[in-house]
Amino acid sequence: MQGSAIQQPQGTVPEQSGHHGGHEGHPDHRLFGIALFLVAESSIFLGLFTAYIIYKTIMPVWPPEGTPELELLLPGINTIILVSSSFVMHKGQTAIKKNDVSGLQLWFGITAVMGIIFLVGQMYEYFHLEMGLTTNLFASSFYALTGFHGLHVTFGLLLTLAVLWRSRKPGHYTSESFFGVEAAELYWHFVDVIWIILFILVYLL
Amino acid sequence: MTITVESTHMEHQQRKWTDYFTFCTDHKVIGIQYLVTSFAFYFIGGAFAEVLRTELATADPDFVTPAMYNQFMTLHGTIMIFLWIVPAGAAFANYLIPLMIGADDMAFPTLNAVAFWLTPPGGILLLLSFFVDGGAAQAGWTSYPPLSLISGVWGQEIWILSVLLVGTSSILGAINFVTTIFKMRIKDMDLHSMPLFCWSMLATSALILLSTPVLAAALVLLSFDLIAGTSFFNPTGGGDPVVYQHMFWFYSHPAVYIMILPFFGLISDVLPVHARKPIFGYRAIAYSSLAISFLGLIVWAHHMFTSGTPGWLRIFFMAATMLIAVPTGIKIFSWCATIWGGKINLNTAMCFGIGFIATFLMGGLTGVMLSSVPFDIHVHDTYFVVGHFHYVLFGGAAMGLFAGFYHWFPKMTGRMINEPLGKAHFILLFIGLNITFLPMHELGLLGMNRRIALYDIEFQPLNQLCTLGAYLLAVSTVPFVINVFLSLVKGEKAGRNPWRAFTLEWQTSSPPAIENFDEEPVLWAGPYDYGTDSEGVNSEENIEDMLAEVGANSK
Repeated sequence: MQGSAIQQPQGTVPEQSGHHGGHEGHPDHRLFGIALFLVAESSIFLGLFTAYIIYKTIMPVWPPEGTPELELLLPGINTIILVSSSFVMHKGQTAIKKNDVSGLQLWFGITAVMGIIFLVGQMYEYFHLEMGLTTNLFASSFYALTGFHGLHVTFGLLLTLAVLWRSRKPGHYTSESFFGVEAAELYWHFVDVIWIILFILVYLL
Repeated sequence: MTITVESTHMEHQQRKWTDYFTFCTDHKVIGIQYLVTSFAFYFIGGAFAEVLRTELATADPDFVTPAMYNQFMTLHGTIMIFLWIVPAGAAFANYLIPLMIGADDMAFPTLNAVAFWLTPPGGILLLLSFFVDGGAAQAGWTSYPPLSLISGVWGQEIWILSVLLVGTSSILGAINFVTTIFKMRIKDMDLHSMPLFCWSMLATSALILLSTPVLAAALVLLSFDLIAGTSFFNPTGGGDPVVYQHMFWFYSHPAVYIMILPFFGLISDVLPVHARKPIFGYRAIAYSSLAISFLGLIVWAHHMFTSGTPGWLRIFFMAATMLIAVPTGIKIFSWCATIWGGKINLNTAMCFGIGFIATFLMGGLTGVMLSSVPFDIHVHDTYFVVGHFHYVLFGGAAMGLFAGFYHWFPKMTGRMINEPLGKAHFILLFIGLNITFLPMHELGLLGMNRRIALYDIEFQPLNQLCTLGAYLLAVSTVPFVINVFLSLVKGEKAGRNPWRAFTLEWQTSSPPAIENFDEEPVLWAGPYDYGTDSEGVNSEENIEDMLAEVGANSK
């Protein structure tokens, strides 16, 4: 959905089939729509987190006996990378507000690299954990939660790359017109906040 | 002169019939697409109900096998909820919201078309699941594990996929409705001067955004259990089926309001027009929709009084559930006060409107009974519950839907409906639904279980009565279908404003031109200020004067 939402640069109206009724070009509407979409996304995670908390509460031992202990070092580094990337990305938005396209490209580029490092780190963790999806309820919950979040990071990464790709065209993003930048940033912050909750819930508690 | 201008206007700016089969972004086309699709599924889901009632006419399994009964029962519920009544609400919202607030389209027209085109594949997939190995899903529309994990993998998996598709459509629609209502109203229209249908869709959309994703999460986990061999909800692998129940009802209890709130809104618009009176308690009705949304989100566990829910929690959910009777009661009393002493035009739309109040009230009262823990434990999973929710969702939602359908048919098609056929539809439907669903309460109190093809012979006479009523309901669709086709072809021309109504959609031509309005519509009065002048005097002359003032009274 974000994909379609960021296709139009600010201030343009997408061509509608035979009438002039399109309003998707209005950035105010589009940001509002994305905020609503993120409310719905939050509810999915609310459902998953609640299920996890119920399991944690009702099971006599959690994680069940025999579950390998989760290492904190790698996910900890990953957390620092993801949280930092939110600030890095924001520098990109600050840059485009000053009409600095190369600044936008630099900071969004760094964000994309940080996102890739996060995903590679998560893959590394998956391959080195001595448990699988069906090992026990904890393992299933762990993979469902982190996997679903990983999918969101991947999507956020694609949005970031889309912004970078479009920024190559002169005048696509200006200090007056940068809706795509804002949309990608909003989504990235959302993914970041979800990870912080997930990290506390699954790794620390 | 006006008629000539209007007909020229229509010739040039109306949609071709082929547009209705395309990825068209016009909200009016999408509204009609939703409406026609939902009615197609109404007939399919209704036919499945007739199979069930035919099977239940006798105590023996002599019409379909028990496995087939389970499949028809599961798909009847799923289709009627996810593919008829929820999309029917979206149909009216798509068609009416931009017109009612003076906009020329929804906030996200492309997204709107995407949302609609997720629905037919969802429904077709579901119907095709009859033909996969093991048949369609058999675990009921709730798909409770562990039953849903052991009764045919592929049918169940397709059921999940289908519900996810329709759920996604619902979420995308909700985003569009809220954005449109908040961002696209004409300048003079504040939140308190918009039609009550818009308020009800705000409340509905909030519920969809907050609760539907939780169902999606539950279904994805159920899918893992089915296919990947995890045990989130499978007790044999250490999982807990009650967690599924919590997640499922966190959506599915609000879902009953997602199903009924849009029709609360439609009724609030229909009753004052045909009673020629201002709506009683505009703000009370608007805010009670929001109150229902909020309370609807915190009462899900009343479906689980018999699932090992601890006593103290049962008391909370019982009290919160009973509390919903307050905002709902506010609406019922406001509607009654609206038509009280009005100059009632008892046409088909109004008949359905009054029928709605009566049947929804009946469903609401049994709902209060069911919220009581001891009573619920006694009748849990019996036909009493089936009777209750059919009064709410068939008696309430369907009556409200038809009231809205007959009211806005002239606007959507430019033709008036045939009133005698419409009233025949109403009479058959009203009598049919009472004969079908009233005896179910007695059956439940006597102890007949729901969801079964076999029952004790002592229940047979009442079941035969229910089946008779169900056949009458099937017959009621005949005048409805004839009426729609007849009126489309030969109906009297409607003109802009056949009901002399005040909401903005009646200021444009019928059917509206592609751009909705020739020029920005004028908010000349509150949406329901029928005939009240500055001194609050109500008269038909005042209405005509006010309509004439903005040139919206041309027939």
